[in-house]
Amino acid sequence: MALDIYKINPEFRDIMPQEIIDLEEKATWSVNRDTPRGIKELPDTKELLEEHSLCAGCPEAAALRYVLSALPKPEDTIIVNSTGCTSLMFPHIALHTVHSLFGNQNAVASGIKRVLDWRFPDIEKDVVVLAGDGATVDIGLDYTLQSFFRQENITTICFDNEVYANTGGQESGATAKGQVFKMAPLGKKFDKVPMWELATTSGCHYSVNMTASAPKAVAKAVREAILVAREIGPTFLNIYTPCILEIGLSANEGLGEMKDQDKDRFASYKYVSPEAEEFLKKCKEEGRI
Amino acid sequence: MSKRSDMTNTHNWSGQKLVSTDYLLFEAPREKHFMTGSEVLKEAMKRCTVDASVSYPITPQSEAAHLIGELWAEGYVGTYFRGENEFGVMSEVAGCAMAGARTVTTTSGPGTLRAMENFPQWSGTRIPCQLVLMARGINSPLTIQPDNLEVSFMLETGCMIWYAENVQELFDMSIAAFTVAEKPDVHVPIITVVDGFFVSHTREAVMLPADDIALEPYDPYRAPLPPIDSETPPGRFLRDPFVMKSNYISYATHASWQWEVRSAVERSRPYAEHYLKGLIHITGEEDAEIAFVTCGTASNQAKEAHRELMKLGIKTKVIKLRTIRPFPAKELLAAVEGIKHIFVPEFNVVGWLEKEVRKELYNKCEADIVGGPRVAGGMSMPAEAIIAEVMEKINPGKGA
Repeated sequence: MALDIYKINPEFRDIMPQEIIDLEEKATWSVNRDTPRGIKELPDTKELLEEHSLCAGCPEAAALRYVLSALPKPEDTIIVNSTGCTSLMFPHIALHTVHSLFGNQNAVASGIKRVLDWRFPDIEKDVVVLAGDGATVDIGLDYTLQSFFRQENITTICFDNEVYANTGGQESGATAKGQVFKMAPLGKKFDKVPMWELATTSGCHYSVNMTASAPKAVAKAVREAILVAREIGPTFLNIYTPCILEIGLSANEGLGEMKDQDKDRFASYKYVSPEAEEFLKKCKEEGRI
Repeated sequence: MSKRSDMTNTHNWSGQKLVSTDYLLFEAPREKHFMTGSEVLKEAMKRCTVDASVSYPITPQSEAAHLIGELWAEGYVGTYFRGENEFGVMSEVAGCAMAGARTVTTTSGPGTLRAMENFPQWSGTRIPCQLVLMARGINSPLTIQPDNLEVSFMLETGCMIWYAENVQELFDMSIAAFTVAEKPDVHVPIITVVDGFFVSHTREAVMLPADDIALEPYDPYRAPLPPIDSETPPGRFLRDPFVMKSNYISYATHASWQWEVRSAVERSRPYAEHYLKGLIHITGEEDAEIAFVTCGTASNQAKEAHRELMKLGIKTKVIKLRTIRPFPAKELLAAVEGIKHIFVPEFNVVGWLEKEVRKELYNKCEADIVGGPRVAGGMSMPAEAIIAEVMEKINPGKGA
């Protein structure tokens, strides 16, 4: 593993903004490798630059921090992302990431994971897909489900904002029925795709539908999902990160929107296969979660 | 199953002795076998210490793909699986290669186009994977017939493109392909093309070295971009702010990268010259005034036409292009010196090779270039069709 994932050129160090220096000093895994980071360390650590590319108040930025803080082994984790708002954040974190094409994230991740297992049979290497609902539910659905069918040992996280946000607000498969968006001028004609249920029936051993309103809950799900993917098989998290811009909310209203949806379209759903449950029980006994 | 950890300094994980490409291609004793193109590709990959392969069925490459799967089952290939479709497969190949694996896949015709977005992405990420393209017609209407129109679509993907005429060339080329693609100063994907059915399904005599020797393994840490394996800092390309931002630096970044990919293809020339023993191969009469510029099995048909024309006292020569990307412009120009008529026989409707030849010879050569004969849709190209084209040209109105 490489512990100098993020290094500032010494020649430029004196002109670098503090947040970039923080990203090297407080998010570099070598500093904390002996004491695994967790959600509790969020106030003192740096997962994502403040000057990231997302809109002010975007819940996705918060959700990404929760996800990164929960990675069990960040120095040996590859995140594969896809075209969309999620992909804009990745240049602003200190982690190995791959952006390939729109929708092929689970296929690329499958190749990476299989080769890492082949090249490093004695090292735990985690591969995590992190993409939006357009990439996961629409253009990339085939590749997402097929990776579940094939029992790839990867975790797929969908940041579901129920819209193609980065392209300007078009309906996606995850949009609620009846919602008016661009390209759905009379309202969306079919129901929101229940991706978490598809994940369960397609072979995932751990599938969750939730919002990003509660950091600890997100972190727990991420850690459990990655551990299960490492040992048992594919896992899936569907996390509501509303596009406040496209649904007409102010920068400070994202959290409230997520809390409202905790009881509605994103009411808690959790499936854990019997073998995953057994494994998680063992992890708990060993203090891994 | 095989384990990578079984590899030693002298032997790969399947127990084959590691040898240089030069030894494997030029020095190792060979024995005669009688095999189809698909079978011989298996034999080639067996000697390549391949880490990964992903497959998907499409005629006529299915047999080659499943034979590579058999190699995996026999312990010669590290990891192998069937993808969901060609777009998925080429994406999985990208993942495998980015993670540091010597990776091979095969496809044909419509599968090539289904996967199309991946090929410039392969070259843009500088992965040295190999696609063995067994060319076939493009729909619609539905066809499984031989045709090489699809190569036209591949020309500007930033990948190297080599073209094998027959089963023997397929064997040698597909081994050399990994070696050249993996050179640190090249390091771009390579597409080795054969005409589907004509080569994939044809059984020919082929000279093969023993199967207990194989290429040295791929070392991803010699790559110009580090592999995505968390062992080294990640490739800057995959981490830096996206070049879709609208500013001058973004434009310049993207532009310079495109030029760099194409420069990398150009830098493959000396290696290709060495391992292929020249980017072109010439047969026929040195003092001929008629030349056929060809690639693939059209070369074979042109040679047959050359033999028949010799009987009529008409001197011709066949200039076979082994590499299409990089295009052997200098070699072609030298080869057509003194030529008055150039014919470009092709197995496709658009005449992509004729366009390439015209582009490279424009204003540099006085010869009259004839784009033909040209067959498509799986039609065969009998030598008579080539002879008729020549006779019509040199003896107008009287035909052959």
